[in-house]
Amino acid sequence: MLTFTIRRLLLAIPTLLFISLVIFLLLELSPGDPLGDVPLTVPPEVKERMREALGLGQAWYIRYVLWLKQFFWVEPLHWFDQVFGTSFSAGMQRVISFQSRSPVFDVIAQRVPQTLTVVGLSYLIGVLIAIPIGIISAYKQYSWFDQLGTFVSMIGFSMPTFFTGVVLIIIFGVKLQWFPSVYDTTLVVRDWDSFLAQVRQMVMPVTVLALYNAAQISRFMRASMLNNLGQDYVRTARAKGLSEKTVVLKHVLRNSLIPVVTVIALGLPAVFGGAIITEQVFKVNGLGQLLITAIHANDIPMVLTLTFIFAILIVLFTLIADIVYGLLDPRIRYD
Amino acid sequence: MTERQEQLNTQELIDETAAPAAVISDLPPDNPQVAGGETRSQWRDVWRQFRSHRGAMVALVLFIGVILFVAIGPYLWTIDPTYVDIRARNSGFTAAHPLGTDQLGRDMLARLMAGGRVSIAVGLTAMIIAIFIGSLIGVTSGYFRRLDAPLMRLTELFLALPLLPLLLLMVTLFREPLSQNLGPAMGVFVLIVSAIGATSWMQAARIVRGDVLGLKEREFILAAKSIGTPSRRMILRHILPNVLSPIMVAATLGIATAIITESALSFLGLGFPPDFPTWGRLLYDAVDQMALYPSRVILPGLLISMTVLCVNYIGDGLRDAMDPRIRGR
Repeated sequence: MLTFTIRRLLLAIPTLLFISLVIFLLLELSPGDPLGDVPLTVPPEVKERMREALGLGQAWYIRYVLWLKQFFWVEPLHWFDQVFGTSFSAGMQRVISFQSRSPVFDVIAQRVPQTLTVVGLSYLIGVLIAIPIGIISAYKQYSWFDQLGTFVSMIGFSMPTFFTGVVLIIIFGVKLQWFPSVYDTTLVVRDWDSFLAQVRQMVMPVTVLALYNAAQISRFMRASMLNNLGQDYVRTARAKGLSEKTVVLKHVLRNSLIPVVTVIALGLPAVFGGAIITEQVFKVNGLGQLLITAIHANDIPMVLTLTFIFAILIVLFTLIADIVYGLLDPRIRYD
Repeated sequence: MTERQEQLNTQELIDETAAPAAVISDLPPDNPQVAGGETRSQWRDVWRQFRSHRGAMVALVLFIGVILFVAIGPYLWTIDPTYVDIRARNSGFTAAHPLGTDQLGRDMLARLMAGGRVSIAVGLTAMIIAIFIGSLIGVTSGYFRRLDAPLMRLTELFLALPLLPLLLLMVTLFREPLSQNLGPAMGVFVLIVSAIGATSWMQAARIVRGDVLGLKEREFILAAKSIGTPSRRMILRHILPNVLSPIMVAATLGIATAIITESALSFLGLGFPPDFPTWGRLLYDAVDQMALYPSRVILPGLLISMTVLCVNYIGDGLRDAMDPRIRGR
């Protein structure tokens, strides 16, 4: 298992390097100019100096290697300094955003909590809803509950999140006025009232994402339960005289959860991507919103770093899914 | 086995035995195939199975309805979707404008039809590109052992790409130059279709590869090989027809993903230009005034959801119908 993990980790390095190169070249090929917003009254030689100051004067491969060094060497050193109070990174240039002229990672660190609370909570709730639904609809296959569950989950992943979000806003935000339609990120939870306000503004975005995730996971859960319910060991367990509850909730459920756990792990990075849309609908200023504004402003370092972080998440969670699968299922041996 | 399945099977048994019985009483048949009444081809079998999936049949009828709405509708409802009638702006449901008008007085019914044409065209074209790349890579990596490892590495690489951010990036970066070369609408269409196609072929490639690997071990492939069939004919005559069913299922589900992705891009303001309606664009344009005119948001959204739901159900039905192992479950 350990050798497998190490091998996969080593394999992830060229993959990630290649992805970063693809993103970098894509940005490089773009006709967009980061100085496009500079007024035309600025004389050309000043503009040229501004270009130099942004580091755009060198050839692309030098800038690519420089970015790699900043991402993998300077940033970790900087965090190390922050934690232990050392000064290894003194005088080193961090990745700087073109828009705000502040280090990219500081901006990202400001935005992560918003995304994590909304996306993380909705994924958790989605999983918690999906698993019981999957169990019941598999156990009572073709009952009215199963038919309804199938239909609702089909609707759940056919309705794009931007539509469900907008419909929820119209119904609960505009007509009924139950929840605020715009997410207020300046809200600080200090007392009971501000906590309630935070819960109220989180209800709608979390519901939208949770429903979408629950729809997909409950399908997997149902299929996996159905697969196991027909196995011989279930008949054996029943023949031994075990109660139906033990058979279903202990024997079948544990075995059915194995593939579902990997599906949950694999879906996690995709949720970050999908949250881009939901964040836009509810105006949550998380990572997705940051990416979109950076794309519009031609903020190359920000776009590059953010997209690369998404790629790292995907590679990491694929690895985690594989390892967890190996740990949970003793039949799977990678070595 | 469900009840409707059992009924179907018994019905078929009766049909099958009744017809030869009638013939036998007359004359012994020379050709046993003719004796059994109509012949059963694979596709007729699939269709029979598909019809028994009630949800898929309803979805198929609805989907054909949507296609007719966007394909024939503009010939019956001849208002130009881009015609600005500022005096009739923001009108409700009236006889002149059955679904109202938008903030510039453009007819919503006509815009929904025109938008649907683009959305469905994007979905179909992107799906064709994705399926073509996917089957090509799947078949080559399954059939030629030497190409298997590099092609699968490539597939894994593509699977590790953050797709939505990359799509956003590609569309923003290349919208301008392509619009200048091909015209605003055509440029964006080519861009979006190829971007979606190039980023959604991986699932199809993996499924096809797996099936090809299984097929290669079968006797009929060995037989074909032993009479010296060249690789090209082997793939076209023996491999491709046998992996057609997973390809078709992947294609159906691919339409749904492509439609959703296109409308998501339009919704983020990175899709087609404003005067060029698609369902996603209509939704995006209406969001600003959704408190006053909710119907403008809900109508395109409903159409997107309904189309995608239908396509998903059809895909589900196709999968059930084409996989003999799960038939009747």
